[in-house]
Amino acid sequence: MFSTFDFDVIWRSLPYLFYQGMVFTLTLTVIATVFGLILGTFIAMMRLSSNAVLSGIAASYVNLMRSLPLVLVIFLFYFLSPYIGQWIIGADRPVQVGAYTSTIITFTLFEAAYFAEIMRAGIQSVPRGQVSAGYAIGFNYREVMRYVVLPQAFRNMLPVIFTQTIVLFQDTSLVYVLSITDFLGAASKVAQRDGRLTEMYLFAAVVYFVISFTASFFVKRLQKRISIIR
Amino acid sequence: MKRFLLLGPMLFGSAIAAAFVTQAGAQELTGTLKKIKDTGAITIGFRDSSVPFSYLDDNQKPVGFAMDICYKIVEAVKKELKNDKIEVKLNPVTSATRIPLIANGTVDLECGSTTNNVDRQKQVGFTNTHFLTASRFVSKKSAKLEKIDDLKGKTVVSTSGTTNIKQLNEANAARNLGINIVPAKDHAEAFLMVETDRAAAFVMDDILLASLAAGARDPNAYVISKDAFSKPEPYGIMLRKGDDAFKKVADTATAELYKSPEGAKLYDKWFMQKIPPKGLNLNVPMGPEQTKAFAKPSDSPDPDAYL
Amino acid sequence: MNYNWNWGIFWDQTPDAAGTYFTSLMSGLQVTVLLALVAWVIAFILGSVIGIMRTLPSRWPVAIGNAYIELFRNIPLLVQLFIWFFVVPELLPGELGIWVKQLRNGPFIAAMLGIGFYMSSRVAGQVTAGINALPKGQRMAGTAIGLTTWQTYRYILLPLAYRIIFPPLTSEFLNTIKNTAPALTIGVLELTAQARSMQEFSFQVFEAFTAAAGMYLLLSAVVTIGMRLIEKRLVIPGFSMGK
Repeated sequence: MFSTFDFDVIWRSLPYLFYQGMVFTLTLTVIATVFGLILGTFIAMMRLSSNAVLSGIAASYVNLMRSLPLVLVIFLFYFLSPYIGQWIIGADRPVQVGAYTSTIITFTLFEAAYFAEIMRAGIQSVPRGQVSAGYAIGFNYREVMRYVVLPQAFRNMLPVIFTQTIVLFQDTSLVYVLSITDFLGAASKVAQRDGRLTEMYLFAAVVYFVISFTASFFVKRLQKRISIIR
Repeated sequence: MKRFLLLGPMLFGSAIAAAFVTQAGAQELTGTLKKIKDTGAITIGFRDSSVPFSYLDDNQKPVGFAMDICYKIVEAVKKELKNDKIEVKLNPVTSATRIPLIANGTVDLECGSTTNNVDRQKQVGFTNTHFLTASRFVSKKSAKLEKIDDLKGKTVVSTSGTTNIKQLNEANAARNLGINIVPAKDHAEAFLMVETDRAAAFVMDDILLASLAAGARDPNAYVISKDAFSKPEPYGIMLRKGDDAFKKVADTATAELYKSPEGAKLYDKWFMQKIPPKGLNLNVPMGPEQTKAFAKPSDSPDPDAYL
Repeated sequence: MNYNWNWGIFWDQTPDAAGTYFTSLMSGLQVTVLLALVAWVIAFILGSVIGIMRTLPSRWPVAIGNAYIELFRNIPLLVQLFIWFFVVPELLPGELGIWVKQLRNGPFIAAMLGIGFYMSSRVAGQVTAGINALPKGQRMAGTAIGLTTWQTYRYILLPLAYRIIFPPLTSEFLNTIKNTAPALTIGVLELTAQARSMQEFSFQVFEAFTAAAGMYLLLSAVVTIGMRLIEKRLVIPGFSMGK
């Protein structure tokens, strides 16, 4: 079965696979996690607010994003984001959004919905009494959030946030549909050029597995440590 | 930040989308040249595997006949705007994404193997024709498929978003062939479906089929049909519709190139010489239609205009 | 830059003259639903087996179950689809490989297996969690009244566990529906693929994708409401796992 296996093709394309492909995959993962988490936290706060309009908007956004397949959203935002950019800044032509920027925006907005749900649970995990205590010592809403609720919410949710980041890392492979050179895109370009599908796709699977598995191993350890401290 | 926050929920509201896109249409009076001047950059859309028009070489850099033509247009734009420092940005496109990406301003020039036809002219503009090719199919010799009717009941692949898959659909319906049509993302992927016996045939422009077959591990295993789904149709560089000033620069630059000896030299470089990445020689001499398309540059979508 | 809105486009004929764009989107929706259902059957059966294995008293089934979950959970779905579609047939012995590759429904079958196995690792996680959430006394009670391990699972643990994990399983089913979309990369003409192809032929990008998005929303609303109704009947007082 492995007699016709050409390991050389993997060896030869390693620099391309990692310097171009994996670097983009990781960049996308990190940026979308950071911005998605920030945006998600705001959405979660909106959703928990007593203002029905704000919480309604936040809830619809989260439900909408969570009901749509990421592939569809990737296509839609790629075509739509220049017009949205134009609308926001009031330019007289669609704002130019390159393929890479577009995927970063898409993943940030999409993952924000998932991070919002995580942060909502995180905020709710902080006992009400602490919030009341915060107000009692004269904090306003912003200060209660900033100094009391959010630091604990982040800490409690850290393992879940990292788990979602691992999911996000795997999801970035879907940018393949736009012919973008992420890790899988790079692997498939080499696979198609050299007619070496078997080798390249198996190699891609191994690389994704090793990274995700190692990461989730550390998340599990983190989870144990956090639960002990609590 | 607030504004950004509220943006998300509204994205999908199509009514809202309708409102701002129509508004965009009304305000759009400027054009690509102004945009290039303002931003100092021009974006070229390239293809993964449209050999030898636009594809990735061994260093995964886009190269090809259409890419060279586009760089000539970029030179002309630099001259027109009297600015040498215009940056060229490269953006990957697929058959499925190229037209919306031209329309939404992501890409200014699409340099590949896009067929210029009447339908598409309603959406985008084309500069002078750089090649003519008919839609045929490639299959393994061992399968003994010669005519379109031989594809009856078979699994046939074509690239999504191309005129070819449309013609295949039409022929399938008109001749009642019961072909199982599978769309692929790009030409290389589609060809692989034939190479690995997943599809019996791949319907595409014959020049692309020829270069894919020539680049295969065993080039002699493949045969391209004599039977064609279409007359030789023109390829053009795609740009935004209704942008006359920019189109004029591109038309003038391409017409000058095609008529000059440099045009023939460029053709020779990509069709009669060894090309990267594997040092393949396609060996496709210039036919009468191609000669005419170069002698009298035209952006006509009508195949008969080149006969 | 004029985008011409044309909501009437859905009633235009497609190039293959097989019907209107609306009917082609509907056929995409059918494929999406069908693919989600068969993938779910695979995910449910395999996931249950693996999930139960991980709660057995002996070491080996637990280790195998854990390894299975790690394997299918840590490789992106798209890569798994490529492996089922492009790689597996190459590794089969000659004749069989060719036969598999020429199956007319090859992409659908590969997608069904790919999504089914991928989702099974998540179902397994839920099943294990469900069984472990039951009070230890339930299992002991089974042993005490002389039931075998099999009987304890069949008559005591599983009926309770499945009712408890019904809500999380509902959201895994919704995930299965969404996870059918990547199948377009191996040529399955599901809903997103039909929207893409409608966009390519009609050039009405936003109408096509908005309609598809609407259909996904509708589908998930129908599933959610339907499941809520069933859930109400299944709820066991005193047991709940939340979402």
